[in-house]
Amino acid sequence: MSDHAPSFFKRYLFSTNHKDIGVLYIIFAIIAGLIGGIFSLLIRMELAEPGMQILGDDYQKYNVWITSHGLLMIFFMIMPAMVGGFGNYFVPLLIGAPDMAFPRMNNLSFWLLVPSIILLIGSGFVEGGAGPGWTMYAPLSTSGHGGPAVDMVILSMHLAGASSILGAINFITTIFNMRAPGMTLHKMPLFAWSILITAFLLLLSLPVLAGAITMMLTDRNFGTAFFNPELGGDPVLFQHLFWFFGHPEVYILILPGFGIISHVVSTFSKKPIFGYLGMAYAMAAIGVVGFVVWAHHMYTTGLDVDTRAYFLAATMVIAVPTGIKIFSWIATMWGGSIEFKTPMLFAIAMIFLFTLGGVTGVVLANTGIDVALHDTYYVVAHFHYVMSMGALFSIYAGFYYWFSKMSGREYNEFLGKIHFWLTFIGVNITFFPMHFSGLAGMPRRIPDYPDAFAGWNAVASYGAYISVFAAFFFIYVVFEAFYKSRKAVENPWGKGATTLEWKLSSPPPFHSFDELPKIR
Amino acid sequence: MIKFLSLFMFPGFLLANQPTKWQLGFQEAGSPLMEELVNLHDIVFWIITFITLFVFFLLAYVCYKFSASKNKKPSKVTHNAALEVAWTLIPVLILVVIAVPSFKLLYKQNDFSNIDMTIKATGYTWWWTYEYPDHDNIEFDAVMLTDDELEEGQPRLLTTDNTLVLPVNKNIKVLVTSDPAGVIHSWAMPSLGVKMDAIPGRLNETYFNIKKPGMYYGQCSELCGPGHGFMPITIKAVDDQEFAKWLTFAKKEFASEKLETKTNNMAFK
Repeated sequence: MSDHAPSFFKRYLFSTNHKDIGVLYIIFAIIAGLIGGIFSLLIRMELAEPGMQILGDDYQKYNVWITSHGLLMIFFMIMPAMVGGFGNYFVPLLIGAPDMAFPRMNNLSFWLLVPSIILLIGSGFVEGGAGPGWTMYAPLSTSGHGGPAVDMVILSMHLAGASSILGAINFITTIFNMRAPGMTLHKMPLFAWSILITAFLLLLSLPVLAGAITMMLTDRNFGTAFFNPELGGDPVLFQHLFWFFGHPEVYILILPGFGIISHVVSTFSKKPIFGYLGMAYAMAAIGVVGFVVWAHHMYTTGLDVDTRAYFLAATMVIAVPTGIKIFSWIATMWGGSIEFKTPMLFAIAMIFLFTLGGVTGVVLANTGIDVALHDTYYVVAHFHYVMSMGALFSIYAGFYYWFSKMSGREYNEFLGKIHFWLTFIGVNITFFPMHFSGLAGMPRRIPDYPDAFAGWNAVASYGAYISVFAAFFFIYVVFEAFYKSRKAVENPWGKGATTLEWKLSSPPPFHSFDELPKIR
Repeated sequence: MIKFLSLFMFPGFLLANQPTKWQLGFQEAGSPLMEELVNLHDIVFWIITFITLFVFFLLAYVCYKFSASKNKKPSKVTHNAALEVAWTLIPVLILVVIAVPSFKLLYKQNDFSNIDMTIKATGYTWWWTYEYPDHDNIEFDAVMLTDDELEEGQPRLLTTDNTLVLPVNKNIKVLVTSDPAGVIHSWAMPSLGVKMDAIPGRLNETYFNIKKPGMYYGQCSELCGPGHGFMPITIKAVDDQEFAKWLTFAKKEFASEKLETKTNNMAFK
């Protein structure tokens, strides 16, 4: 090899190359996703019928499962896949940069995640585990949990947060300073835009989470009383801090997905993206407004009625830029010459299912209606439609779209399509009935439920079995591609794929560009 | 299909103050506020259904009409100012249409100007304690009945040993709080359109007016530890006469508990 790639251990363990780190992130995300998927399988097995199924009377374990499932999927599956994985691998390629701005910091970002996930999973085996939910509301997470389990989760989040903050600094610096000559911000591909905006959200919101969980750590161990009402603290303060991070966080999870979908839709429609500037600034608008809507997660905490009225209005505003994105994607397809390859199937399904999850968000934004739906399965249905169908489908779309570029091998189109349909059917059977349970009043996070909820819960459980099977089928699709080793060409998608990464070989050389590309 | 949709439209179709099998919509509205909530939800529901179907058919049409086999030459159009303005402004208008009744309902839910009586609900791990400050401070705990304690007709996981007895057609204010040394709970009654978090150190308030006598069931709605799924809320709504009768009974029945509380207070002094 003429490209000076170091030997295996040096290349992957000490890696400073954005592509290798990106691959590590993706492998990490797949493993974490499977573990998180197993937790969801356990949850659905427990909820398959009324009465306790597999837990006996260890209700705390159920709370540990939901907590681990949530944190794993958010911090160790979606974020590493989108930002760490595709972001690391493709942002430098898309903007024509030789690498990330701080390659060694990039290495640190990834390796911080490993102790982080070990702490999180390990906490499940320590004194009953941590079961305050991924939202970790005080005082359940302070006085409500003795033992070191919650402390381990707090430290795990500190590490994951530090990893993401370092990553965010890296992306912002890279995108602002290392674009190829001629690549102005307004010519930059939308995925790079989405990562830039996501990086800002991470940089501004994660320190707030870090502060909040540090306060929780000192409340638990060093006698402070930030969230302890008996000593003058306030449990609701934690919720404000948490959701000031938590709401931008949900946009962190979906914005890179928006970027991926834009590339996929444009490529397979063989048309440039419709309303490029509108698309970029719609994402920026979502990011900005995302910071001033946090208390819509707290409608039932007894906020002042005028405050709730404000958060109602502000939350609804988000529907407007989101609508712009949906319609612009459809307009991109309009008049195109659409090829229905696996990535495009995931993208089309994402557009529709994200719309479905988005409109139930509009329902929940209404404080008056939220009184009936808050903390019911309606909310669970809503955020799984935007996450499990919005974010995860985007990740799958991106994975199939870029798989040949990253691995140098081609996946089997037929198997990819089977994976798509299995996933599509599975997640819909799982999550659609949850709307019904929620409207009927079934609360979230309960290990057993009144008999009347049995029907839809059984359906949801069958859906979950299909979904988990689909996840393992995905592993088979990847395995098959490596086993058969069909050599990939530079650009398998034809003239629709116009961005810089398709000008490089598959996989790209260790040093992507011998000299900086000139744009136009 | 028609029947399926009608279930959304007329949730009253399903007569119950508790969830029913294969239920698709809200429980029957047991209070005027819940009726308004359901009406608002119906408006929003039809709007979002229309939007979702619109997006679906648009996608289906585009996929059919512009598939590679049907349309060999992709167009080069990437801008249409009028269209872009339209899909910005029309959603704004739709949101305004939703927001107006939504604000109205919000302020109505928080209008405490006409209260007939007050009760207090305190969340513990894992049961509710109720007090009647307007009626000689009757006070009692409501703990969930386990499966072997249930009698015929009592729903599992929804029935408590002592029932919160309340008069119909009265505006009842509920003060909701939690054990100061405990965790957050949430006092929820789906058919009455009520859900209020019980937070240590805070006194939240909400109100409702029960239309018809009968049993009403709800569950704790904020994760509060292992027993979260097992601290239900059971209300028995009765007419004024029966309520008066129950008050005399309750003053005697729960007197001992009150005494206990008093002695505890004495101990502090």
